[in-house]
Amino acid sequence: MTQTNESVDVVARPLRHYGRWFSAVLIAALLGALVWSLVTAPSINHSMISKYMFDPLVVDGARTTVILTVISMSIAIVLAIFLAVMKLSTNPVLRVISSTYIQVFRGTPLLVQVVFWGYLGLIYSDITISVPFTHHVLWSRPTSDAISAFTAGVIALALNEAAYAAEVVRAGIQDVDKGQFEAADALGFSRALTMRRVVLPQAMRTIVPALGNETIGMLKNTALLEVLNVLELYTRTQHISSQNLAQVELLIVAAVWYMAMTTVLSVPQRWLEKYFGRGTAQTPSSKRWLKGSK
Amino acid sequence: MSEQQFMVDAQHVRKSFGSEQVLKDISLQIPKGSVTCLIGPSGSGKSTFLRCINHLEKIDGGRIYVDGELMGYRTKGDYLYEMSPRQIAQQRKHIGMVFQRFNLFPHMSALDNVVIGPVQVSGKSESESIARGKVLLDMVGLSGELNSYPSQLSGGQQQRVAIARAMAMDPKLMLFDEPTSALDPELVEDVLKVMQQLAQGGMTMVVVTHEMGFAREVAQEVVFMDGGFVVERGKPSQVIDNPTEERTREFVKSVL
Ligand SMILES: Nc1ncnc2c1ncn2[C@@H]1O[C@H](COP(=O)(O)OP(=O)(O)OP(=O)(O)O)[C@@H](O)[C@H]1O
Ligand SMILES: [Mg+2]
Repeated sequence: MTQTNESVDVVARPLRHYGRWFSAVLIAALLGALVWSLVTAPSINHSMISKYMFDPLVVDGARTTVILTVISMSIAIVLAIFLAVMKLSTNPVLRVISSTYIQVFRGTPLLVQVVFWGYLGLIYSDITISVPFTHHVLWSRPTSDAISAFTAGVIALALNEAAYAAEVVRAGIQDVDKGQFEAADALGFSRALTMRRVVLPQAMRTIVPALGNETIGMLKNTALLEVLNVLELYTRTQHISSQNLAQVELLIVAAVWYMAMTTVLSVPQRWLEKYFGRGTAQTPSSKRWLKGSK
Repeated sequence: MSEQQFMVDAQHVRKSFGSEQVLKDISLQIPKGSVTCLIGPSGSGKSTFLRCINHLEKIDGGRIYVDGELMGYRTKGDYLYEMSPRQIAQQRKHIGMVFQRFNLFPHMSALDNVVIGPVQVSGKSESESIARGKVLLDMVGLSGELNSYPSQLSGGQQQRVAIARAMAMDPKLMLFDEPTSALDPELVEDVLKVMQQLAQGGMTMVVVTHEMGFAREVAQEVVFMDGGFVVERGKPSQVIDNPTEERTREFVKSVL
C-alpha cells in the first residue's frame, strides 16, 4: 500500500470523448455534401445571391423587419403582463376578459388576423372619436389614413403575440414561490409593489427563455405582412424577384438574413437570462453535464 | 379598556379551511413587551393562529385586536366592514413576521432585502434606510454580508437577515413561525441569540417554537394549543415542567 504524506496534485489524462469526434465528423460530411450540391446546382445563379445580399432595398427590408419585431414585441409584452395579472386576479370580470382575449387571438390564424387589420378600412371607413352618446365629433379621419399598412401590421403582430406571451408570463408568475407573496404581504407591500419588485423579477427567470423563442417566432412571422405590402425583408425580396425572376436566389438571400437575425437575437437573450438569474444558486455538480442548466 | 395593556387581544377566534375547523375558540391576551411561546402538536393550528394575527388568514368568528386596533375590519354602528387590501397592508406594516423558510427575496442582496420595506412602504429616504439597514444587519451579526445574495448565505444567516428585514419596519409586534426548525442544529443558537436580544430590548414577540430551552429562558408565558383550543397556558416553569393537563404532559415529553 502506497501512502503519501503530502497532498499530491491530480495529474490525469482527461477523459476522451470518442463519441463527440465521431458525430462531429459525420455531421460535417453531411453538411458538406449539402452545401456542395447547392454550390454546384446549375440552376442556381450564385452571383445573383451575392449581388442582392447587400442590396440597399434588401438591407432596408431587414431593418424594417427588426423595427417591426421590436415595436410589436414591446407592445405585446406590456399587454401580456396586464393579461396575465388579470387572469390570475380574484376579480371574475377581469379573469373572463383575459381568458376571452387569449382564446380569440390564439384560436384564429395569424394570417387571418393580419388581413383583418389590413382590411379594417373596409369595415369602418372612418375612425371617429366623439363625445359618447352624442354627435359631437372630436376627431375623425378615414381609416386608411389613420392606420397605415405598417401600423396595421404592428397591431396584428402585437395583439396576437400578447395572447401567447400572456400565458408565458402567467406560468412565470405561478412559478414564484408562494412564500414570496406572504413575505411581501407581511411587510405591508401593495399588490402593485409586490408584482413589480418581488414577483415579476423572479418570474423573469422562466419568462425570458420562453420569450426568446416567442421573439424568434415573431421575427419570422413578420414575413406574413407581405400580404399588406409592408416593406419588410420578405416583401422586398419578393418585389425584386418579380422583376428579375430569380425567385430561388432571392429566397436564399431572405433566408440567410432571417437566420443571421435570429442568431444575433440570442445575444441579448443570454444577457437578460444572466441579469434575471442573479442570486440563484450555483449549478450543483450533479447537473453540470447539462450545459447551461441552473 | 384592554388597549393600553395588551399588544394582542384575541377573542373567541374561529377559523376553518373548508369543512375542517382548525381554530375552534381561541382567546389569548398578549401583554406589551412580553414574549409568548406557542407550542403544540403538528396540525394544532399554531401557524394558522399566528397568520390570523396579521390577517394573512381571514377569521370566521371572534375578534383580533392588535394594539387596540381591530384587524381586517372597520366597525360602523353594529356592522363590520371588510378593509381594502391597502388598509390591511397599512395595518400589517408594523407587525413583523419571520417564517420557517425565511422567504427572503432571492434576487436582492441582504441589504436590499432590509431596505426595500422602509423605502417602498414607509416612504423613508434611501440613505436613511441604508444606514439603518446596516445597523440592523450589524446587530444580527451580518455586517460582513451586506452584498451577499440569500443563496450565498447559510440558513441561520438567512434567518437573521429575515429578522433584520422585519425589524426595519419598526414593528411593535414580531411574529415568529418556527424560525429555527428549518436550520441545521449548529445554526439554531445564533438565531435564538438574536431573538433573545430583541426580547431584552422590550419587543413584544409571539413565537411558535419547539425550542423548550428558549421558551424556558425567554418567554413570560407558554401557551399549549391542541385541537383548535388553548389547552393550557402559564409560566414556562409551569407549562413545560409541571403541566396540569395530560395532553400537555404527553406533548412536552415528546419534544424534550
Ligand atoms: N391554506 C390552507 N388550506 C387548507 N388547510 C390548511 C391551510 N393551512 C393550514 N391548513 C390545515 O390546518 C391545520 C392546522 O395547520 P397549521 O399549519 O396551523 O398547524 P401547525 O400547528 O402550525 O402545525 P405544524 O407544527 O405542522 O406547523 C392542518 O390540518 C392543515 O392541514
Ligand atoms: Mg406551523
